[in-house]
Amino acid sequence: MTEPILRIRNLTKKYADKVIFQHIDLEVKSGDTIVIIGPSGTGKSTLLRCINLLTRPNEGQIFLNGEEITAKGINEDHVRQRIGMVFQNFLLFNHLTALENVKLGLTKVRHMKAEEAEVKAISHLKRVGLSEHMDKYPGQLSGGQQQRVGIARALAMDPEIMLFDEPTSALDPELIGEVLEVMRDLSKSGMTMVVVTHEMGFAREVADSIIFMERGSIVEEGSPEELFEHAHFPRTREFLGKISELYGKKEKKGE
Amino acid sequence: MSAWISLFQRYWPDFLKGAGITLELTFVGLLIGFVLGLLLALGKVYGSTWLRRLCTGYIEVFRGTPLLVQLFLIYYGLPSLGITLDQSTAAYAALGLNSAAYQAEYLRGAIVAIGESQMIAGRSIGMSRWQTIFQIILPQALRLALPAWSNEPISLLKTTGVVFLIAVQDLMAKGKRAAAASYNPIGAYLAVAVVYLGLVFLLTLVLKWAERRTKIPGFEMETKSS
Amino acid sequence: MDLGNFLSYIASGTLYTLGASLIALPAGLILGLLFALLYLYGGKVLSNLMAVYSTVMRGIPPIVLLFVLYFVVSGSVNLSPFLAGSISLGIISSAYQMEIIRGAIQCVSGGQLMAARAIGLSQTQAVREILLPQALRIALPSWSNEAAIVIKDSSLIYALGVPEILRRAQLISASTQQPFLAYSAAAIIYFALVFITTRLLGRLEQKLAIPANP
Repeated sequence: MTEPILRIRNLTKKYADKVIFQHIDLEVKSGDTIVIIGPSGTGKSTLLRCINLLTRPNEGQIFLNGEEITAKGINEDHVRQRIGMVFQNFLLFNHLTALENVKLGLTKVRHMKAEEAEVKAISHLKRVGLSEHMDKYPGQLSGGQQQRVGIARALAMDPEIMLFDEPTSALDPELIGEVLEVMRDLSKSGMTMVVVTHEMGFAREVADSIIFMERGSIVEEGSPEELFEHAHFPRTREFLGKISELYGKKEKKGE
Repeated sequence: MSAWISLFQRYWPDFLKGAGITLELTFVGLLIGFVLGLLLALGKVYGSTWLRRLCTGYIEVFRGTPLLVQLFLIYYGLPSLGITLDQSTAAYAALGLNSAAYQAEYLRGAIVAIGESQMIAGRSIGMSRWQTIFQIILPQALRLALPAWSNEPISLLKTTGVVFLIAVQDLMAKGKRAAAASYNPIGAYLAVAVVYLGLVFLLTLVLKWAERRTKIPGFEMETKSS
Repeated sequence: MDLGNFLSYIASGTLYTLGASLIALPAGLILGLLFALLYLYGGKVLSNLMAVYSTVMRGIPPIVLLFVLYFVVSGSVNLSPFLAGSISLGIISSAYQMEIIRGAIQCVSGGQLMAARAIGLSQTQAVREILLPQALRIALPSWSNEAAIVIKDSSLIYALGVPEILRRAQLISASTQQPFLAYSAAAIIYFALVFITTRLLGRLEQKLAIPANP
């Protein structure tokens, strides 16, 4: 059995007395797309930020390709080079153009030469469909365009796994589609992805496995068919039912 | 250290008197500056083109030159034009004229923030332009300006420090006397610095109190956005 | 004395005025940047220390600080009044510049740093490549104001006997009995200095501005 790309064991995170999540066990196989769903404030975003060590868990271990990244003495910066993250608020570097945003990691972290970095950056921007806008600043781009640049920026680092933290939650409805399409293509091309989202259509179509999280614990985990058609726990069915209602309305609008 | 404390003990009545003059200078300067500043602000917002230019010119000149130069110009320069002022009057004038330029900007900003929609509201119930300005716009604008404007009294208090150079007997002048008499300039001026800090602290408390007293819930100027 | 000599005498004081400003402003910037970074990233003790420094230095009139610092500096090192005064002006300005820089850095959202760390930049790289460039642009208008203030405050070194613009105006007004003319000339020269500086910095602001759609 090959080692899963990501293994999370007994992960717990607390802020003062409040438990954000506890005893999380999770495995992600190479090439899989895992979608995490659940009500807001249940620790999904914090979990993602623990994976790339932006936040430190209180207990538990995380293994990236067999290597424990939560061990003492690990160089966090190096770990983060191997994990790509896409944020809800895009978080593009405001003072740099789209191209410069994508180039920065290549020149400053991977120490590539400027010309090499530029070629690579342009190819990634092309992949997300933004090559004509590469000299524009974030303030000149729409939300959907900014997010696609964010995806290109993360991809340019050739990560082993991509994390998406509610990537479309801050977008106007008509801009969501272009971002989901990029994510769909990425998943098809074999990238390992962990996605926190409310987009049920995406989850249903693209996920290899769906995880329902509530109040800091994983309630249920399974394939899209399993969860959507015959979920084991009533709470799961209740949540999916409510969300699918919303999704159903969107579908009728010709989404 | 004990030498410094004894210096304080010897001269504190003097310092107290000087502090009183300093506060007086601040208060008078602030008042003159407010009245004139308000006129300038109104002129810039509601005036004709040439009035606006005049007001802008005044503000640029008084903000673009040092107070000390303005002070010397008024005290030493005006007599050759026939206008002779004594030290205190010259100081009041310079401080007031100077402060007006800064206060004008605070007030103008607040008036503009309130202005347009409230003006429409006032006119629509039949009030004249000036009635609307004084009854509706200014009461709101002044409250709105208060937090930002609170910088001015403190700034002015510090600015008064230079008037001792035309022999006004303020706190700094007393410090100079103490420095000469005690042969301890660092000690004397440090003592004066401490007193100024005390005055600034007191003034800050008064301003915070004023802010609380005049606050209207839900009514605040957006300062910085994140 | 003809007008030409009159004006050029006063104008020659500009050397000292500009000199003092060109010493004080960069000195204040370096110190202010250091103090701001210490305040923000230096841990609790340093942070509180810097807060006290800022409050105290900004609560005392510049003229008082100038006198204290001048006597302290010239007591320890043998410097001309011009140099001692200029350095003192720089120290005074550092407190105000610290506040400007601190405020600007805090304006840059934490998300920017988080995104920087997420692609593997170290903390130092993130501060240098992402935080400071954005903070600089935010700080520029306020800093431009401070530059004007430093030029105007340099007139305070008059009290130290430095032959800058105001001192020269005073000397020549005494010898020619033309005080109004002399001090007006001084005012005009100061105004020109402030005006030019503000315009230049304004142009820098425009050049550095990040394009955005309205």
